[in-house]
Amino acid sequence: MYRYDQFDHQITAERVAQFRDQVRRRLSGELAEDEFRILRLQNGLYMQIHAYMMRIAVPYGMLSADQMRMFAHIARKYDRGYGHFTTRQNIQFNWLKLQDAPDILADLATVEMHANQTSGNCIRNTTSDEFAGVARDEIIDPRPYAEILRQWSTFHPEFGFLPRKFKFSITGATTDRAAIAVNDVGLQAVKNGQGEVGFRVLVGGGLGRTPFIGTEIASFIPWQHILTYAESIVRVYNEYGRRDNLYKARIKILVNAIGIDEFRRQVEEDWKFTKDGPCTVNQAELDRVAACFTAPAYEKLADVALPSDNKAFSNWVARNVKPRKVAGYASVVLSLKNAGIAPGDATEAQMDAVADLADKYSFGELRITHMQNLVLADVKQADLFALWEAAKASGLATPNIGLLTDIICCPGGDYCTLANARSITLAKAIDERFDDLDYLHDIGDIDLNISGCINACGHHHVGHIGILGVDKSGEEWYQITIGGNKGSPANIGKVIGRSFSFAQIPEVISRLLQVYVAKRDEGERFIDTLRRVGPDPFKEFVYATPVPEEAKLQMPDYELLAQGTPYDTPLYSPRF
Amino acid sequence: MQIIKNNTVVNDDWSVLRLQEGDAAETLVVPVGKTLVPLKVWLAQKTVLLHRADIGVWFASDERVEDLQDDVVKFSVIAVDFPKIGDGRGYTIAYRLRNRAGYRGELRAVGDVLRDQLFYMQRAGFDAFAVRADKDIHEALKSLKDFSITYQASTDEAQPLFRRVQRGA
Repeated sequence: MYRYDQFDHQITAERVAQFRDQVRRRLSGELAEDEFRILRLQNGLYMQIHAYMMRIAVPYGMLSADQMRMFAHIARKYDRGYGHFTTRQNIQFNWLKLQDAPDILADLATVEMHANQTSGNCIRNTTSDEFAGVARDEIIDPRPYAEILRQWSTFHPEFGFLPRKFKFSITGATTDRAAIAVNDVGLQAVKNGQGEVGFRVLVGGGLGRTPFIGTEIASFIPWQHILTYAESIVRVYNEYGRRDNLYKARIKILVNAIGIDEFRRQVEEDWKFTKDGPCTVNQAELDRVAACFTAPAYEKLADVALPSDNKAFSNWVARNVKPRKVAGYASVVLSLKNAGIAPGDATEAQMDAVADLADKYSFGELRITHMQNLVLADVKQADLFALWEAAKASGLATPNIGLLTDIICCPGGDYCTLANARSITLAKAIDERFDDLDYLHDIGDIDLNISGCINACGHHHVGHIGILGVDKSGEEWYQITIGGNKGSPANIGKVIGRSFSFAQIPEVISRLLQVYVAKRDEGERFIDTLRRVGPDPFKEFVYATPVPEEAKLQMPDYELLAQGTPYDTPLYSPRF
Repeated sequence: MQIIKNNTVVNDDWSVLRLQEGDAAETLVVPVGKTLVPLKVWLAQKTVLLHRADIGVWFASDERVEDLQDDVVKFSVIAVDFPKIGDGRGYTIAYRLRNRAGYRGELRAVGDVLRDQLFYMQRAGFDAFAVRADKDIHEALKSLKDFSITYQASTDEAQPLFRRVQRGA
């Protein structure tokens, strides 16, 4: 993985010092909250319902065992013993004090990490394929380019105050596991007729209130020109993106308003001044960065037959182990989707355990997936059984990767000030309703996504089943979409009809699954059946008879929810 | 009043003329003395203002460098207004003035100009800062030294870091 040189260390240290001084000025009252807000956001610090939340960058989802141990340390020392892995392959800590934030950044810097630009209207963390470097369908390893983009976008002086946040995603494989079509800019590696590497560039994808699939702005930008081309895209957006309406400020609205041809014309008009200029990436820089992403020291091994007499192990292998291009090795997905636990949450003990597993079995490296799970990418097949037993002991071996209970979920109304409805609590209710493992394996691959509001952090638009929290006169309701898909090809789901109460949702999901089971052909996944028969049979069955509320699911006490947990520390939370 | 110019706090006697409600760019009387006029006023009264040496022009954040293009050489001071911290269009206006229009005179940030934005402003091409009057300008000056190293090229550095130094040490 990428290792900092003296310049990366220097820039990171100077950033910590800068933020330390900004926090000092906030605490002394020199900076008002409305002046400080924009500064803390660019350091990943939010004010949530109960406390400050910090989102720490995990560039393109890769981290070392020592970096994971640092997360455990932060959870122990500054938080309540756990953290939350996000759909953008980052981690969030939810119970922090403002006073501690500079120390947390300083601790992170010791392991070459930061929280730069993980929030705010700037260029965010670039996401990528969680199987980058090991995927069988890979054309090139996208990580060196993702790192080059990270450095270019870090503290870019022109793009610190864009109309809205700006997200890049990059993939080097033929199957899109990085959801590039729903990012502001999506980059897909391609080779031209001469075998030269370049990128197909999509622009204007995104979810939120107005979901769009990205449109192709260029079919082939040679890799050397990727920074100058990206810079022209962001420059045109900075000038012309709407700033009068928060909900119309993303680049997708601009591209849609003026049309892709006009947008492309403006980008190319600007690009002609910088193309072939000094910001052209040279071979030396690509080589320097790429040298950090060489393959680990694989042993020469043959594929091995795995024990087949243990059903629980076999279930886990079937769902959580992925074949790799190197013989004798496999990739393992450690599930962070366990009944009763918020999707993506891990305790400090689990973080330490995972770090040890990475050291012992996978060359000391880990990846975070956009599905909010963890990956050990290079495990010897011969070690799988021992790894499974160790993972099981830490509660990380739930055999549900890609299944219904592998839910993508935002923090929702339990934590987030933006949410209309609870997400985590709903995920738990769904988990409890569908706890029969054989049934889940029979249903097979399905993406269930929950967002607590229209900002769509749970990516509900691209779930095969999407759940969106909506507000109806102060009460939480949920709207259901079906037919979304996150990539290859990406699709936006369609709303099935009027919304449901919290306690109705498990039954609604059950009905959707019943239609699938009745209509499916041999080997068809939920999404395949849905595409073949269309949404109508699903809609009709869901609304055919009144949907009962699940008795044990109580409506929340809204007053209590709004109060949060009181603290007497000044500036600890917006509510106190 | 005082501004930061070329990394020092200096006294300054330019005033910024802002159109008030009901003012028309064509008829507004531009006072005597060093005055930064709105781009609209310059474009409307150019034939008269051309003869004054004590006139500068300022851009609102939604105005375009292209509208001034051929006239940039006539000014010794151009300003860009930041209506609020979060409006980042001024950074691109500065970049375009320096890198596309070839402007070499003083480029001043006015409006909601606060300490923690100065470093980026300087990189994008500003060399003068009218720090908001309620803030300590000497304190603000410190922020120009927040970073000693930068990754990417901009107006202040034509080369990105990977061409400036031997990396990987």
